[in-house]
Amino acid sequence: MKIPVKIRVNGTLREHEVEPRLLLVQFLRDVCGLTGTHLGCETSICGACTVLLDGKAVKCCTVLAAQADGSEVTTVEGLARNDDLHPVQEGFWECHGLQCGYCTPGMMMAGVQILERHPKPSREEIRHGLEGNLCRCTGYSHIIDAIEYAARKAGRKGAR
Amino acid sequence: MPAPAKPKPKGYVGRPMKRVEDPRLIRGAATYVDDLNLPGLLHAAFLRSPHAHARVKAIRTQAAQAFPGVVAVLTGADLNDRLGPIPCAAPMPDQNSPRHTVLAGDRAYFVGHPVAVVVARDRTVAHDALDLIEVDYQPLPAVIDPEKALRKDSPLTHPELGSNVAYRWSLAGGDVEGEFARADRVIGVRLLNQRLTAMAIEPRGCVASWHAGEGSLTLWSSTQVPHLVRTLLPDLVHVPENKVRIVAPEVGGGFGSKLNLYAEEVLVSHLAIRLNAPVKWIETRSENAAVTVHGRDQIGDYQVAVTKDGTVLALKAHVVADLGSYLQLLTPAIPTLTGLMICGCYKIKAVRMDVTAVHTNKMATDAYRGAGRPEAAYAIERLMDLVAVELGLDPLAVRRKNFPKPGEFPFQTATGLLYDSGNYQAALKKALAMAGWEELLERREGARRQGSLFGIGVSTYVEICALGPSKIMSAGGWEWGCVRIEISGKVTVITGATPHGQGQETSFAQIAADRLGVPIEDVVVYRGDTNVAPYGRDTYGSRATALGGTAIVMSIDKIIAKAKILAAALLQAKPRQIGFDAGKFFVQGKRKTALDWKRLAGEAYIAKNLPPGLEPGLEASSFFEPPNCTFPFGTHIVAVEIDRDTGQVRIAKYVAVDDCGNQVNPLLVEGQVQGGIAHSIGQALFEQTVYDENGQLLTGEFMDYAMPRAGDIPDYLLGSTVTPSPSNPLGVKGIGEAGTIGATPAIANAVIDALSPLGVKHLDLPLTPENVWRAITNPGATPPVASKGVPKPDRAAPPATGTRGAPRKGGKR
Amino acid sequence: MIPAAFDYLRPGVLEEAVGLLAKHGADARVLAGGHSLLPAMKLGLAQPKVLVDLGRIAELRAIREADGWIAIGAMATHDDIESSDLLKRACPLLPEVAGRIGDWQVRNRGTIGGSLAHADPAADWPAPILALEAELEAVGPGGRRTIAAKNFFVDLFQTALRPGEILRSVRVPVTAKSVAYQKFAQKASGFAICGVAAVIEPNAARVAITGVGFRAYRASAVESRLRGKLSAAAIASAAEQAARGVEPLADLHASAEYRAHLARVLTRRALERALSRN
Repeated sequence: MKIPVKIRVNGTLREHEVEPRLLLVQFLRDVCGLTGTHLGCETSICGACTVLLDGKAVKCCTVLAAQADGSEVTTVEGLARNDDLHPVQEGFWECHGLQCGYCTPGMMMAGVQILERHPKPSREEIRHGLEGNLCRCTGYSHIIDAIEYAARKAGRKGAR
Repeated sequence: MPAPAKPKPKGYVGRPMKRVEDPRLIRGAATYVDDLNLPGLLHAAFLRSPHAHARVKAIRTQAAQAFPGVVAVLTGADLNDRLGPIPCAAPMPDQNSPRHTVLAGDRAYFVGHPVAVVVARDRTVAHDALDLIEVDYQPLPAVIDPEKALRKDSPLTHPELGSNVAYRWSLAGGDVEGEFARADRVIGVRLLNQRLTAMAIEPRGCVASWHAGEGSLTLWSSTQVPHLVRTLLPDLVHVPENKVRIVAPEVGGGFGSKLNLYAEEVLVSHLAIRLNAPVKWIETRSENAAVTVHGRDQIGDYQVAVTKDGTVLALKAHVVADLGSYLQLLTPAIPTLTGLMICGCYKIKAVRMDVTAVHTNKMATDAYRGAGRPEAAYAIERLMDLVAVELGLDPLAVRRKNFPKPGEFPFQTATGLLYDSGNYQAALKKALAMAGWEELLERREGARRQGSLFGIGVSTYVEICALGPSKIMSAGGWEWGCVRIEISGKVTVITGATPHGQGQETSFAQIAADRLGVPIEDVVVYRGDTNVAPYGRDTYGSRATALGGTAIVMSIDKIIAKAKILAAALLQAKPRQIGFDAGKFFVQGKRKTALDWKRLAGEAYIAKNLPPGLEPGLEASSFFEPPNCTFPFGTHIVAVEIDRDTGQVRIAKYVAVDDCGNQVNPLLVEGQVQGGIAHSIGQALFEQTVYDENGQLLTGEFMDYAMPRAGDIPDYLLGSTVTPSPSNPLGVKGIGEAGTIGATPAIANAVIDALSPLGVKHLDLPLTPENVWRAITNPGATPPVASKGVPKPDRAAPPATGTRGAPRKGGKR
Repeated sequence: MIPAAFDYLRPGVLEEAVGLLAKHGADARVLAGGHSLLPAMKLGLAQPKVLVDLGRIAELRAIREADGWIAIGAMATHDDIESSDLLKRACPLLPEVAGRIGDWQVRNRGTIGGSLAHADPAADWPAPILALEAELEAVGPGGRRTIAAKNFFVDLFQTALRPGEILRSVRVPVTAKSVAYQKFAQKASGFAICGVAAVIEPNAARVAITGVGFRAYRASAVESRLRGKLSAAAIASAAEQAARGVEPLADLHASAEYRAHLARVLTRRALERALSRN
């Protein structure tokens, strides 16, 4: 069985016929060639595969591509606007919020969601918002710094 | 080698700089192994034993072979005589271990042991076809408990070996029995260091490509050690070394678990050659948990001989190390590192450590962040606290009393090491100041008055990094680097110390830019491809900056020397008259006519005006052979609060002062420390790899292996002292594992201190809520601490100063 | 970690979904948020031949108030419930519980109906559903029926839903603010080793506990001791009965003894917190 799906990924409509068991993460990586989204645990624990699905952060290792039919997906590749990094990306760079970089795309997508709900998050709110993302390199402190940085940066941008 | 000066405040070195490797990573534009796609790519998947120990009576692969899309199905019978065996690079004398074939033969001896491999046109097809392979297993008795494995009536992991003992190893220095006889007290404890799994977020994986025309093999692998793989793989797959290229692209974390040569790398390489098509294999998380090396797993009986004033005279230990069912690259070496570092940062005159390494029907243990040193630091730091408790002394005073003085370095240990440099007192002092020690004590007293469980733990640790010289290593302690001034004046740096997240593209650029006097933007660092960096010993044991950085410095110094000769010719002066500063060569006193790198590079490659005898080009490579290891150290102080009802531990304060010698990039140093501490929080409080009594892995997924999350991490107070290492001209020591070595004992000591008013003297890791709750509920059942006076030959009875079994509430810190 | 192949069907209305389930029988499974089913399929623990995805049935996601009751569509996500202003006002226990489930990403996909129908003994929802004396509405070939919460959880991964039935909604009464949820999570997965929901009413309390037994249960021994005498002292002694009559689960993450102990501790804490919100 093949199912036709239309998924708008980072603004581009992708139309494909997929096997029902194809996961959204495989659709993004193998079908769309967007390899910035990573697979870490395959059981929706580690959050490396976090993307925004209709604006909400989800672990796309546990979403079928068929379930995402008709939806909009934003991946790490869709965060920057041309050369302008998203404030969360800037924060991760400025604050050394990444080492091996493997968890980073998912971590940043979670960060984007935190800032959407808490434009000025406390460190505790950031910790809580990152519950679904594992990092084995950084020990999280610099990631929390990075999201605080992004909040300040986005706040300044918003004020202008 | 004289101790080098601290770096100049100007320049890039010493500055917290953001990383040059980050833009590709934060844009999702980096290339990890699973991101590679080659035309005609085939996919491999492994059928693995569900049994810890079983005879493989028959394997039927016909149905899988016939499945549409399947290209090949192969078993041990097809491959084990043609490939491998997989080598161990650190064999011990009288090693008693099985031949490590690429697939299981007639026996599978751990859960996850690969039994067959399927290659198909699609990853999904390969996995589907695994279900069509039928294997007749006859389960055999499994050996799970390493101590029971030593009993005469134990089943054998490998009947042909006749014993479960893989090796026995001893380390002895000084007059151990004499010191024990002289001691006032002997304090002993049994310590467990639980099995852990590295769980890098990127699982392992590799892609192999065979160029039939050239007869050349390329293997892209998520490995820390492409150069070690290139050294070992060629013979196993029967391709000459100089036709094998290994690439470690972006690697998503290793922590020692990718410091290895794995059977899958050999098999995938072979399959690409055999099928004349590129083959990819990406580990599933279940596979990663089961068949990527585990770490730690030691049980030790430790004893220290002490005088009444807290002087530690001698230490004796017997350690049972669980190696698992076979040997990976460095499996046998890990417990020996525990032995070498067992004295910690203390002057202990005599030591004896006996290791009994056993095989069990479990995954092999090997390097995991710290690799043997966390076990040593945990043991000696627990012992120092126990000495303080048993003698009624201040644990800080006990530590200070046994520290070597700063003037005593280089310091010779009873285990035969020469600690390069150190000032343990300074790190402790700084950490105490940062922690607000007196206030912390008051806080504890206040909490205890209210019946709360509040504890403070300290660890003063030392570790060993940048191992060398080569004569003490199994495959070289050197590192290689190359620097080239391109004809445009841009700088290309190539390192053999392959990083996997540590940031050497930045820190090595800082080193090179400073030494060459060029803007850092002009420097590019290449790594991780044996065709680009032909030699290297890669990244493990916190070695990259100390050794790889030095190889770059040496290369630059060669280039500068050559450039001076060239500049002298161009400026019509003698080489000794040429000065070099801030990227400019000039005749001393005549800076106006200085030549920059671009001009010199142009001359060097166009080569029309070279002085006689000078080769064209501006490139140099170097092997740095270290004279000694480095010995980073520091102090970690932790305060914890325990929920008396649930046993839940909360870290209330965390202070770390680490001394890794000179720091190239303090921001990266901080990142390494924070990451290392997180691994320690995991080991101290909840991580554990658990097999049941049948050898089934119970922690085979992230759903069952608990790792720290952001909510488990306190806001750290981090500081450093700088005691340059004399072991390399950069004066750096290494920082990749320090957090994992220093933090676990500090956290454990804090938790046990919190429980001490209840009479708890020791509790084994991990200090999970349930384990802590059990100790609270039944302190009498916690592990015993043996403490006894030593009968003196000239006395009729042992001294009556013993405080056996009496808990000291609060101590007197 | 690759699920076995299956057919995927996506009805637009509930009646169609019921029809598809009837047609495919035991081969079919209902797909809600997929956060339990898809991992189970990847691990080979479930191998349905047909998935009937409820994701496009709009009526299943609504949260509405009527006649002192709030009806929550089975496909409402945990995050929908956590951030529902209506529920925060009218049934604050549910948003409190929702916020303790898994993590944010999981809450964005996982659904209350999917979780309840899965009946994982370590799931959070059964505790408040029992404590609130909710009603569960099922739709099947025989039409609609209402199942009382106390009859819904039958056994490990087993509910009172009949073959071919789909959970349509959960109805909970409007409550006061005197409610609380206390949870001790399994460190790795976030599931409940013990979760206690408490609802305090004038002179009585209802307590339900998940994670401890093979199915969630009402702590009736606790409740009976508090009937007519709610006080801090009474709570402390009543909470000791929290695991009475229950055979606690034991696994890698917690022994039976510890689970029972946590039930007692968290029952006391949940009741104390709920009382403090009175």
